[in-house]
Amino acid sequence: MGIDWFPLWLSLRVAGISTALALVIGLWLAWILANRSFRGKELLDAAVTLPLVLPPTVLGYYLLVLLGRNTLIGHIYEKLFGGPLVFTWQAAVVAALFHSTPLLVKSARAAFETIDRSYERAARSLGASESRLFWRVSLPLARRSILAGGALAFARSLGDFGITIMIAGNIPGRTQTVAVAIYDAAESDNGAVARTLSLVISAVALAVLLVANRFTPNPFGPRQAAP
Amino acid sequence: MIQARVRKLFPPGPESAGFSFDLEFQASRGFTVLFGPSGAGKTLTLDSIAGFVHPDEGRILLDDQILFDGEAHVHLPPRARRCGYVFQNYALFPHMTLRQNLEFAAERIPRLERHRKINEMLEKFHLTEVSGRRPYELSGGQKQRCSIARALIGAPRVLLLDEPARGLDASLLADLYSVLRQVRQEFGIPILLVTHDFEECLELGDEMIVVRDGHVVQTGPPRNILEQPANIDVARLLGVFNLLPVEIRALDPGRNASRLRYQEFELNGPYFPGRLIGDQVWLCVRPDLLSAVPRNGRPGMNQIPAALLRTVEKPDRVRLEFSGGIAVEADRAILEKCAGVKEWAVEFPQSGLRVL
Repeated sequence: MGIDWFPLWLSLRVAGISTALALVIGLWLAWILANRSFRGKELLDAAVTLPLVLPPTVLGYYLLVLLGRNTLIGHIYEKLFGGPLVFTWQAAVVAALFHSTPLLVKSARAAFETIDRSYERAARSLGASESRLFWRVSLPLARRSILAGGALAFARSLGDFGITIMIAGNIPGRTQTVAVAIYDAAESDNGAVARTLSLVISAVALAVLLVANRFTPNPFGPRQAAP
Repeated sequence: MIQARVRKLFPPGPESAGFSFDLEFQASRGFTVLFGPSGAGKTLTLDSIAGFVHPDEGRILLDDQILFDGEAHVHLPPRARRCGYVFQNYALFPHMTLRQNLEFAAERIPRLERHRKINEMLEKFHLTEVSGRRPYELSGGQKQRCSIARALIGAPRVLLLDEPARGLDASLLADLYSVLRQVRQEFGIPILLVTHDFEECLELGDEMIVVRDGHVVQTGPPRNILEQPANIDVARLLGVFNLLPVEIRALDPGRNASRLRYQEFELNGPYFPGRLIGDQVWLCVRPDLLSAVPRNGRPGMNQIPAALLRTVEKPDRVRLEFSGGIAVEADRAILEKCAGVKEWAVEFPQSGLRVL
């Protein structure tokens, strides 16, 4: 019996794109949370953390309500890209994004916050703008933790089930990611497919986590600060 | 030229007493040393000038520019202030080489000139050979010089140094002082330096500002402050004086004389203007103005019997510590001269005495 590898490729592609987007959005959020004080910061922090604790189906339901064909966002998307968002593989990207970004924000924020304040002060007193400070000082200093966070976000993107099935559905060959395909196979008593896909996705996730761990200790961080 | 008047109130918290910070001073080119115990608000002063701290009210003027004005709601961001700041931990960017650290600071210099300027600074601070290394590959002295060079390369209008002497050994300290003197000579800007070491004030300070509990208690050249501490608090902070509680028993302006009582002993001193007989005051006298003499029975004129507790040898002199907290500093020769002496007296000069 031949195994359809499409779900694996789709999952990898979805996870890759969503991780790239998560890095952009997540780093920006993390930077703001770590460096700015403003009204509603606590609320933003809580809102960013919420996807970690809410049942994925709840999130999926919200997104469905928000992005469906009859909503404003849905209309705008359809105008721009000539087709609806929901129940496409792009919707799976959105699902993975909501599943993984909180994790990235958490680790990137922690990384930004552990940077010695005096580096930022030094950069500012030397005339650096905030964007120069971000690109030349904060980001390089937090680089390893952020890469580790990115790897974690990728691994988590691979594993989303609940949100994906709510907004991308389970269309074989189009929106069926590995997690969904495994569910499908197990439901229809196709043990071999479920087993194989499970083992493969576990191996990929394990490899990604090993890579993440290699990045975690920071040679420039306070722990290994030179005497 | 920098003029500052800053106020900031830190309300008392559950685990901290409140702190009121209210400082006014000015500093022109040359060294101005902020001296005081830790927690006096010295670093807070530097941070207010650099713009890291937002005072509640006041005004900070650097040359002709207003950096901060509480009433007019002016608070320039640090990057617009052009204040060179040398941090206690140097804060060299650890992921950049020395040269890159300087490049980061030299961004505003036109490209063509930038390279030349960086080389010039590396040369001036003896860093050319190590310019390709990262901070963790450098010695403490090199890091400090790089930190100073980095703060200066953008031509700041004031240089702020937060306890630059902390953690340096004697030879590095001598290097630091010579580097700082060179900076003073060549850059001609005000240099504000924080320390709690009075010897450093004497070594470097053109002007000295004594800070305590967030307030200025005395300003002036360090030598003057040593000669004439404003009050007992300043004298205590300097940490170099013998301070003895005495009572004024007699005053004679005609003969410029006075009599003081310390415990059961009488001392002759000069006339103290503005004091009255019966005043309880502190006798303030430097250890090097006292002399230790062997005693046979009764102490002589202006002498107080005292037991020698400890001798502390210094390279060029010796410090004798007596009972009653009296210290005498003398030539090393006294060690041989008085090898077998058991009974001592401390002799006070009549003229060098001061009361606070």
